[in-house]
Amino acid sequence: MILTVLHLTTYRYETPVRGVVQSHRLTPSQFDGQKTLSWRVEVEGGQRGGGFRDGAGDWVQGYSVRGPVSELVVRVAGEVETFDLAGMLKGHRETVPPEAYLRETAATRPDAALAELGREASAGARDPLDAAHRISAAVAEAIAYAPGATHAHTTAAEALAQGEGVCQDHAHALIAAARAQGTPARYVSGYLMADVAELPHEAAHAWAELHIAGLGWVGFDAANRCCPDGRFIRLGSGFDARDAAPIRGIARGPGSESLDVTVAIQAVQQ
Amino acid sequence: MEPTYFNEMYQNGGVRSPYRHLENWTAEMPAELRSLKQAEAEALFRRIGITFAVYGEGGDPDRLIPFDMFPRVFTAAEWARLERGIKQRARALNAFLVDVYGRGEIVRAGRIPARLVYQNEAYEKAVAGFVPPRGVYSHIVGIDLVRTGPDEFFVLEDNCRTPSGVSYMLENREIMMRMFPALFRENRIQPVDRYPELLRRTLQSVAPAKCDREPVVVILTPGHFNSAYYEHSFLADLMGVELVEGQDLFVEGEFVYMRTTEGPKKVDVIYRRIDDAFLDPLCFRPDSALGVPGLMDVYRSGGVTICSAPGAGVADDKAIYTFVPEMIRFYLGETPILQNVPTWQCGKPEDLKHVLAHLGELVVKEVHGSGGYGMLVGPRSTQEQIARFAERILADPANYIAQPTLALSTVPTFVEEGIAPRHVDLRPYCLVGERVELVPGGLTRVALKEGSLVVNSSQGGGVKDTWVLAE
Amino acid sequence: MLSRTADNLYWITRYMERAETMARLLDVGGRMALLPSTGEGFHSEWESLLQASGTAEGFARKYGDPVQRNIESYFFFDLDNPSSIASCITRARENARIVRGALTTQVWDTLNGAFQEIRALERRPRSELDLSSLTDWTMRHSALLRGAIDGTQLRKDGWDFLKLGYYLERADNTARLIDVKYYVLLPGVEFVGSGLDNYQWTTLLRAMSAQRAFHWAYGGEISARKIAHFLILNIQSPRSLRSSVEGMTEHLDRLARGYQRSSAAQSKSRALLAELAELEVKDIFDEGLHEFLTRFIGEVAALATLIHDTYLSGDQA
Repeated sequence: MILTVLHLTTYRYETPVRGVVQSHRLTPSQFDGQKTLSWRVEVEGGQRGGGFRDGAGDWVQGYSVRGPVSELVVRVAGEVETFDLAGMLKGHRETVPPEAYLRETAATRPDAALAELGREASAGARDPLDAAHRISAAVAEAIAYAPGATHAHTTAAEALAQGEGVCQDHAHALIAAARAQGTPARYVSGYLMADVAELPHEAAHAWAELHIAGLGWVGFDAANRCCPDGRFIRLGSGFDARDAAPIRGIARGPGSESLDVTVAIQAVQQ
Repeated sequence: MEPTYFNEMYQNGGVRSPYRHLENWTAEMPAELRSLKQAEAEALFRRIGITFAVYGEGGDPDRLIPFDMFPRVFTAAEWARLERGIKQRARALNAFLVDVYGRGEIVRAGRIPARLVYQNEAYEKAVAGFVPPRGVYSHIVGIDLVRTGPDEFFVLEDNCRTPSGVSYMLENREIMMRMFPALFRENRIQPVDRYPELLRRTLQSVAPAKCDREPVVVILTPGHFNSAYYEHSFLADLMGVELVEGQDLFVEGEFVYMRTTEGPKKVDVIYRRIDDAFLDPLCFRPDSALGVPGLMDVYRSGGVTICSAPGAGVADDKAIYTFVPEMIRFYLGETPILQNVPTWQCGKPEDLKHVLAHLGELVVKEVHGSGGYGMLVGPRSTQEQIARFAERILADPANYIAQPTLALSTVPTFVEEGIAPRHVDLRPYCLVGERVELVPGGLTRVALKEGSLVVNSSQGGGVKDTWVLAE
Repeated sequence: MLSRTADNLYWITRYMERAETMARLLDVGGRMALLPSTGEGFHSEWESLLQASGTAEGFARKYGDPVQRNIESYFFFDLDNPSSIASCITRARENARIVRGALTTQVWDTLNGAFQEIRALERRPRSELDLSSLTDWTMRHSALLRGAIDGTQLRKDGWDFLKLGYYLERADNTARLIDVKYYVLLPGVEFVGSGLDNYQWTTLLRAMSAQRAFHWAYGGEISARKIAHFLILNIQSPRSLRSSVEGMTEHLDRLARGYQRSSAAQSKSRALLAELAELEVKDIFDEGLHEFLTRFIGEVAALATLIHDTYLSGDQA
């Protein structure tokens, strides 16, 4: 499948700021499931900083913008050919060992309910892969898709207690439940072309990856009750949403900032 | 039964050779002169403002750490062996860091459990896959040593992040030379004042590849409210480099700059005295105001060197400590010159059993604790204290390690009644850059309370000048 | 040098100059309180002094009626009053502590000594401390510091920032004192030229340690024009606006030379100096003293912003 991406992020600063520094994880991962045909990240008036491939295999690119800045647009445009690998992250090179992803973070700390969910779901599983599917399904059951019910700082435990959330909450809950079972798990950010009516429409998307002995990292999208396939573009990973954020940035100066994001993903007709 | 302690000055009714000139010195010093000199030393310390807590113990920032004028002395031969052992350890620790942020051979070889490394709080995923300039993560390695006999030294712990206290090593010497010049004429004492110059050279030697001129070094401090601020400004002054706070630095493009009255000035090497978590709000704690946004991206893309490297702390964890002799064998193929103190991991069931059965003889410490808090000194505790501590261990065994009570050596020390033996330890500061360097000296801490084995300044510890004699 | 270092140096002297001005104001107040009350316009001279220093509101909130003892406490010791002498000295010393390495031992000892003494003074019963001993104390320490700076600091950029702080704060403070004299202290226009008017001028001159100098320079009767000339245009008068601007220009020129880069602050300071050099008292009174001073204070503030942007913020390209 060939997907085109147009992703615009606009920051507006109430009072012009003296400068902005950003760190991007906005480049498609290199693995057998996707091939980048073209890709451009542009920061209006920005200066490209250092770039490098990190230990998790993601390309990280710094940017800085000299002030005064009152509006900043990050424009991502490109074309990626994808292949359905049933969620498996084949051919991805990384240094960080899976064991590192057993560490919990504030957003993914399992409470009793999350641990219980993981335990119950995986009881009677045939093998670790089966257990992973079951936990993912259980998370999908336990948290209904409800935009606006949660916010950026909602933790996995809070989302589960509330029973509602968006893809970020599903991913956090799945990670927390899996780690509680001793399965390394991480948060993945990327894009999803969602053209099927019954699927939640979140083009800027997130899901989880669980490390399964013998298979390596396997993606699970609890929000959509599936594993990543040709409709998904993977950008990068981390312990949780904050750690895997595609754009991290800080503006120097007082005043509030507002954010506007539009993402359009389309399949190229072939 | 009280163990016998090795007295570094008096042995078998005689004076050991390195201390031979000191016997007359004290014999010829009347009590009045002594208290006069002691007052003079204190006034000098106050005047220079060296009033901070060593080793991040916190407490009153204006508190003066007691300075004991009686020096602690090593012979050249004793030091030569220590030096080899310290340098060996510093090289192994750095090899370990490069390894665990790379392929992790030592873990794959089954020599160190993966859990201890990769689930360690101090393991920084953000630097995985990165080899800093010259393969050095820890540029200043502080190794805490104790002595138990003429040839017996044990390493208590390693400090790979930003060991503090080196300003005491330098100031103690400065003050001794000022007050007792005659002593320095009689004894051939190796100087330590090259340290700031060596530190500067070490830091310059690890400048990033993108630096194509004389590297600009800065010291990054959390600010003047920090208890070690004096040391930060002292070192900056002696090295002739700027002392900066996070707000003085900014990232633009591929580099880090400092804000100066003449405009932005590029910085190549940052000797940071702030913790990893505060270095870069984009990468670590988002609420940190002490750091520099974007610093880690510049670091990882080779625009600046951070000393010590973020993530260096995974090598000095008390749980990793047990494996340092293993590292020396694994990476260097050498036999460890300095011994570790035998250590029981309470996280292991069989070790826990042993520890609980022998609490009265052991010292039990928290894995992440420091400053002598949260520890049990078995032989000096009551039954009740031991019982209470046992409960704490049982609540979280993996958080504790235990070691035998060491018979720390003593050095004569000026006390109220005259001169009496007091227990000491030693922290030398090993520099690792293009070369591995060690100035002949270090910081000797002394437990001023009679019989006490706790040398921490927050619990009645003081400091001494540490001499290494020339051949 | 680091912009933050320069900023700290600059504020050490701004705070110390401000402390001195506060002491001078206290002195003025103390002398005027000896006058029979005019009974018009103001509750008391102390009230007008509070107005003059811009601290009336803060004082009223804390103490209510202006009684001399409270005023003294408020002006001298009160750390809630950001302009009190204790506040200024505390902040100057804090700034100095941060850049301890950029100061000589003598400068640090002087400042640190003043700070320690003020803490000791605070512990003494207030009845043992009369007003003039407090103001004398402040002047003395201020003079010690100035001497230590000039006598021991290297003549490098750090020294220029220390001096800039003094001159800038002084230009602002002198202008405000003159303005206050006319538009706050005097109960009404009908008092211009009155005995009260002249008494106030004399007091002001004395507070500025300039009474003798004034008589040397002008002789005869005190008049508003002579005073205006003395405090605004006279280059012999160390606290005159022209002297202050001359000082700023000198140090901004030195900085520009040292850094081999001219600055907007330097041009602005030069322009201001050129204007003052051309000016005659008549021009000032034609413009209106108050209008002139208001404009001047605005110019000095603009200059301070330029200095900040150019050297102290570290944000310049």
